[in-house]
Amino acid sequence: MTMSSTAKPGQRGGSIKRTRRWQTALHYLILTAVSLFFFLPVYYLIVGSFRPSAEVLSGLSGFVPTNLSFDNYSGVFEHLSSGATGYFGQFAAVSIIVTTAVVAGSLVVNSMAAYSFARMQWRGKKIIFLLVIVLTIIPFEAVALPLYFMFSGQRDTILVQAIPFIANAFSIFLFYTFFLDVPGEIEEAARLDGAGPFRTFFQVVVPITKPAFATVAILTFLAQWGSYLWPVLMVSDPTVRPLPLAISIFQNQQPPEWGQVLAFGTMFIVPVLAVFLIFQRWFVASISSSAVKG
Amino acid sequence: MTTTKTQQIQTSTKPLRRRRTASLSGQQFAGPLFASPALLGLAIFLVAPFVLALVLSFYRVQLNSPRPARFVGFEQYARLFTDPDMSAAFGQALLNNFTFALIVVPVQTVLALALAVLVNRKLRGMVIFRTFIFMPLVFPLALTAVIWRLIYSRGDEGLLNAILGLFSGGALSSHDWLGDPATAMGSIIVMSIWQSVSFQMIIVLAALQSVPTELYEAASLDRASKWAQFLNVTVPGIRNTLIFVALITTIFSFRLFDQVYLLSRSGSVDRGSTETVMTQIINTGFDNNNVGQAAAMTVIFMLIITVIAIIQRAAARQRGGV
Repeated sequence: MTMSSTAKPGQRGGSIKRTRRWQTALHYLILTAVSLFFFLPVYYLIVGSFRPSAEVLSGLSGFVPTNLSFDNYSGVFEHLSSGATGYFGQFAAVSIIVTTAVVAGSLVVNSMAAYSFARMQWRGKKIIFLLVIVLTIIPFEAVALPLYFMFSGQRDTILVQAIPFIANAFSIFLFYTFFLDVPGEIEEAARLDGAGPFRTFFQVVVPITKPAFATVAILTFLAQWGSYLWPVLMVSDPTVRPLPLAISIFQNQQPPEWGQVLAFGTMFIVPVLAVFLIFQRWFVASISSSAVKG
Repeated sequence: MTTTKTQQIQTSTKPLRRRRTASLSGQQFAGPLFASPALLGLAIFLVAPFVLALVLSFYRVQLNSPRPARFVGFEQYARLFTDPDMSAAFGQALLNNFTFALIVVPVQTVLALALAVLVNRKLRGMVIFRTFIFMPLVFPLALTAVIWRLIYSRGDEGLLNAILGLFSGGALSSHDWLGDPATAMGSIIVMSIWQSVSFQMIIVLAALQSVPTELYEAASLDRASKWAQFLNVTVPGIRNTLIFVALITTIFSFRLFDQVYLLSRSGSVDRGSTETVMTQIINTGFDNNNVGQAAAMTVIFMLIITVIAIIQRAAARQRGGV
């Protein structure tokens, strides 16, 4: 953007104009090729989900949208129709409940902690905050196995899928960087009005730091919706099986019904894709702020 | 940066000091209260298991076993590196992680930069191109692995083979990408990059847009070519972001699990060449119930992550105290 504005086509000769046109054409060509690489698997997933299973794996004709029907979708529901296999609706409900609980819980709990670290004075705060920062480097993978050991008695519950992911050191850090920028006068005014710390936080600070909440919500959602390792360890009962684990089991059925697997995958991703297309700007903003601030 | 900000806040509220001290004593109570739910969660679900991993790694212990845990000192660690049953597989897993990192980190960082430059231009339709490129970002890895498993299918029914066959006149059309040890890891790498490169690209894009325009203006006054501008203005301007991106990608490389585990469970990928430290931990501790051994692997895994994080902090500090 900035680079292209530095050349002034009007003042130069026609040949420069022509090279610029060629450059733009080349730019579009590369953009198209790159977009194809990223989009073709998505297209393949969605188109394949409407095609007969036998034609999904058939070379290039897998791309051709012919013989479209909803058979694979009804096939998924027929296939998953007993207590032993579980039900698609159940998997989706588990994923929705767990993800909602984690996102909502983490917004409340981590923002309050961050506010305390960023804006309140209390003894021991500095050392504890430093510890929280150190904790941001421990990835979940490093504690998955001992955590499974600790909570093996709570396997196959909804709660054990959600609770461990609510408190999050990185989310605290993200909120913290946002809260540092809140002008002190605003809080001071609230205090002069007689508001206690709870009212100051929830009624004054939260409404003016909505981007922080959107950022943490989006990043937490993306991580949680695809969570796979923890369910592998903690879930064997189909009634509490979330979607990522469910699709990994569903794709292993014998004989394979690839059309149904893609229909399952489409139902897994299309709602998320729709939300992404509507709020793309927010997704991008939250990812870039996770780095610029971090 | 942090300290200067709090100082500013304190100085700006000086006239209100008496009221502040009154409310400060309130904060002495409300502060820990606000922080306690999150701190409790971190203590139980992060610190406790972390310490437990250390403890368990010194025991021979199984889950739900009638035999009591037995203290074995450093035996689990020793076995990891000397017991031929263990050391070969664990060494291979470490090697696979390092191979993955060695390829993915430079490739993905350069790709992220190239893509960011590519979309950082005001062209008609750019919004649509960006949307296509960002799309894989919302794909869970489990789903990504399922889609790409089909793309990589052996024989000429696989999409990749069909496309290659088309361009090579049928010469390349029946490779078993995931099953062949020579191409299994490469195939995992491509699907991983497909899913995650746009994340790094967005970070680089934000950095590109924060390079001051005056620098480019000055450079073009000096008649610097675009390539020279890129090397002398753009790259130094976003150097710190590139370091950051490279380091988070390194950490991602060592956390590699979902794709590999899912594909190896379905038997569609060559195990030896794709096994990672994380899949080994889960196979050993969960599938084979050898918790002590898996805990020792976890500790080594954590040591590697810590070293990477320390390098990251050091690199970040070099850029002037962020």
